[in-house]
Amino acid sequence: MPSPDLLRFRLNGQPIEVACEAPRVLLDLVREDLNLTGTKRGCDLGTCGCCTVLVDGRPTLSCLTLARLVECREVTTIEGVTPPGRLSPVQRAFVELGATQCGFCTPGFVVTATALLHDHPHPSRAEIERAISGNLCRCTGYLKIIEAIEAASRQGGP
Amino acid sequence: MTSAPSTSYRLLGGRIPYVEGPLKVTGRAEYTDDIRRPGMLVGRLLRSPWPHARLRSIDVSAARALPGVCAVLTGEKYPTPFGVLPITHDETAIAVDKARYIGDIIAAVAATDERTAERAISLIRVDAEPLPEYSDPRMGVTPVSEPIHARGLLGSNIQKEVVQHFGNVDAAFAQAVHTARVRGTFAGVTHAFTEPMATIAEATPDGRLTVWSATQVPHYLHRALSEVLGWPMHRIRVIKPEVGGGFGGKSDPLPHEIVCAALSIETGRPVKILFDREDVFYTNHGRHPTQNDVRIAVDAEGKILAYDIEALLDGGAWSSFGTVTTYYNGVLAMGPYRVPNFRYRGRRVYTTKPPSGAMRAHGGTNIRYSVEVALDMLAEEAQLDPFDLRSRNALPPNSKTVNEFRITSTSFLRCLAAARERSGWDEKFRRLPYGHGVGLGCGFYISGSNSPIHFSPKMPQSTVHLKVDMDGGIAVHSMQADIGQGSNTLLAAIVAEVLGVDLDRVHVQRVDSDVSPVDLGSYSSRVTFMMGNAARAAAEQLRSRLVAAAATLLDRNPEVLEVAHERIQERDHREHGVTFLEALHRAMESSGALMATGSYQSLPMGGTFKGARAGTAPAYSFAAYVAEVIVDVETGEYRVPKVWAAFDCGRPLNRLAVEGQIEGSIHMGLGQVMGESMNYRGARLFNPSLLEYKIPMPQQMPEVEILLVGEDDPEGPFGAKEAGEGPLIATLPAVGNALYDAIGVRFTDLPITPDKVLKGIDQRRREGRAWKGA
Repeated sequence: MPSPDLLRFRLNGQPIEVACEAPRVLLDLVREDLNLTGTKRGCDLGTCGCCTVLVDGRPTLSCLTLARLVECREVTTIEGVTPPGRLSPVQRAFVELGATQCGFCTPGFVVTATALLHDHPHPSRAEIERAISGNLCRCTGYLKIIEAIEAASRQGGP
Repeated sequence: MTSAPSTSYRLLGGRIPYVEGPLKVTGRAEYTDDIRRPGMLVGRLLRSPWPHARLRSIDVSAARALPGVCAVLTGEKYPTPFGVLPITHDETAIAVDKARYIGDIIAAVAATDERTAERAISLIRVDAEPLPEYSDPRMGVTPVSEPIHARGLLGSNIQKEVVQHFGNVDAAFAQAVHTARVRGTFAGVTHAFTEPMATIAEATPDGRLTVWSATQVPHYLHRALSEVLGWPMHRIRVIKPEVGGGFGGKSDPLPHEIVCAALSIETGRPVKILFDREDVFYTNHGRHPTQNDVRIAVDAEGKILAYDIEALLDGGAWSSFGTVTTYYNGVLAMGPYRVPNFRYRGRRVYTTKPPSGAMRAHGGTNIRYSVEVALDMLAEEAQLDPFDLRSRNALPPNSKTVNEFRITSTSFLRCLAAARERSGWDEKFRRLPYGHGVGLGCGFYISGSNSPIHFSPKMPQSTVHLKVDMDGGIAVHSMQADIGQGSNTLLAAIVAEVLGVDLDRVHVQRVDSDVSPVDLGSYSSRVTFMMGNAARAAAEQLRSRLVAAAATLLDRNPEVLEVAHERIQERDHREHGVTFLEALHRAMESSGALMATGSYQSLPMGGTFKGARAGTAPAYSFAAYVAEVIVDVETGEYRVPKVWAAFDCGRPLNRLAVEGQIEGSIHMGLGQVMGESMNYRGARLFNPSLLEYKIPMPQQMPEVEILLVGEDDPEGPFGAKEAGEGPLIATLPAVGNALYDAIGVRFTDLPITPDKVLKGIDQRRREGRAWKGA
């Protein structure tokens, strides 16, 4: 019998079983227990979006999500969004168009943008703005981030 | 629209993606909190719940007895005062005797895990006697019963008073044809970078201490650690991982960095202190809540005769950079115009609130707002277009201000011309319908403080080391601190440009005080100018050696050779050449790996009066912005659909980075003018979260048209000047003046929130003063 604290879900495409107490939030599980440090901790209050991961393909604030709620679900972090040995179109556009500055918010934006382009390959500017409005960036003024998402969309998707 | 500088370069001047971009977009860039050390302990801080209190006793016995607790520290163990400026050391790592604001650190714990550390903090008992709260600087300008610091001026809470007078202001006002007065009030604002502060310290059995910290200025942290811990600097190693934004908020050495080191020394184990968002807000060091009073006199032609300025700054609990801030709130009103007579009285007063400090466009932002609004009023009164008023007062190139700032390059007139033309100003100003307006705001900023903070030992402000070995990779070492602005990229690009090599040969090394030569870090918009010159000097040395080696291979005089892409060749017979690697390998034959050092030291400048160095810089940036606003006159809400940003940063070396700095600056400037505010009830901060302290959303960002019109600066690297802070300043008055054009109301109380707009509209209506027909 598995222990009641054992949590099973798919993480970045792989099945995983991990000990997890009930109050543990997904951010702590991913960053501290599983050492996937690409997901950033910016506020612990769901205000900044730095900790965004995908749960069944939907952008989710991992700092506000109890880890036990992802039982049997699919979680994708920035590490899972990155194709092996190369950059995704979203990532490439972020690099080429200067959509990163300090980079701390970037994994959250990349994850959010990836989900957006997956569901809406050709979003309008307003749709992009709405999609990223849960992610804060203090460096770029968002303009180059929006530009990068538009460019990735033109180049064929997430 | 851009100017076309006469020379062009292979890389510089183009759009150079950030070298660490691929690591950042994949989550692979390593920030302090991403680092884990074996056996690492969790450090936690007990913060004062009192704005001002005498600490009678602190009982840590229960905390110490808790299993899993490895150390508990209180203030008496490391009482040596420190602070970023050597003249105002008024902080301690942990409060000694008194707590001075809600959030002041009064004890610290290191434990095996988070829960134990938090539990231990809750077990500490503090017996404190509350002392008077001083939440407003006006409460502290005269002697008080319980000064916050013993060093306050004459028993008051005044930390710094500046009085300056150049020329004869009263005589100038007596001759004035028009005068204007603006009394500005500015709420405090904070940096709101996304990465909370984090520090890891590890004292090791070899007698050394390594500190990883999210800092903008590793060198000042290095000094402060040494001073407070009493360890010589050479036993301390400071490493700067990636930093998730700073904007000035990570430029002071901060107490928790020292506490973290002390906890590691106590326990012999690595310790991490990670801030939560509330810690970040209470630590603050943001822009000072400010009141200023600006009077400007002009003659019949609109020529400026005099400025008469007063400023009262709310310093919070510590000095921080405050002495500099106090000077800057006067002297950074000096450009971009010629001001023949100038009087300033500035006071910075301690309060029992989170400390104010340096924030992007430090000291130049609030005063600029009031000055530019006053000029807008004067233009109206003198029946001059705001552009014409400004252009007839522009400081000429190669001139001096009345307080002896040396002005070399200025393309301010080109900024004005570009902003006027591109914005369609002449068709819009006072001609748009009621509720819709345009406004002009201008500014200038230092391109690197000419004066270092420390004068001992005498040394350059920036040093860059290069090492190239047989693999052909070039390692670059410098303590310059990339905090997201792209200085690593610029450093690599300068080296690649000079040596003619591909960017992927150049590897900028992580800042590590064991191997990085000192550069004073990221503040005062100094990095491009100072580090850039140092990098160029180092790379040119390396280039001479490679050219000399190539000359021996080609059997030619070095003078006839040129550096081309990955190649050194004869200028007149380009087919006759050697590759970079061939030249390198020849050059290494006798010496092995090649090394080069370049450094930058600015020239002595400034007057001889007290405070003359404040605001001196080897160059200045200039800006002229037009903002367009559309006001909903029923709700008072408004938006800024477009900003035309004409900026003189000399030659932009990386257009991608310059644009990023300007767009980010406009975001931050709009935040301050439209809504950001540190809200206090008394001394208690009421909005210490990013939910309640709202920075602008993507939907609030205007379209930004960037107009880089600067001409090459004679001393800047490849003609460049700063673009990191100056681009913020003009945003605020451009919006304020545009609101006036839209609805005929002057706003001098920032942020300008919809309730204030509505009140202004109502008041104007009640007074029966129509504006643009409404």
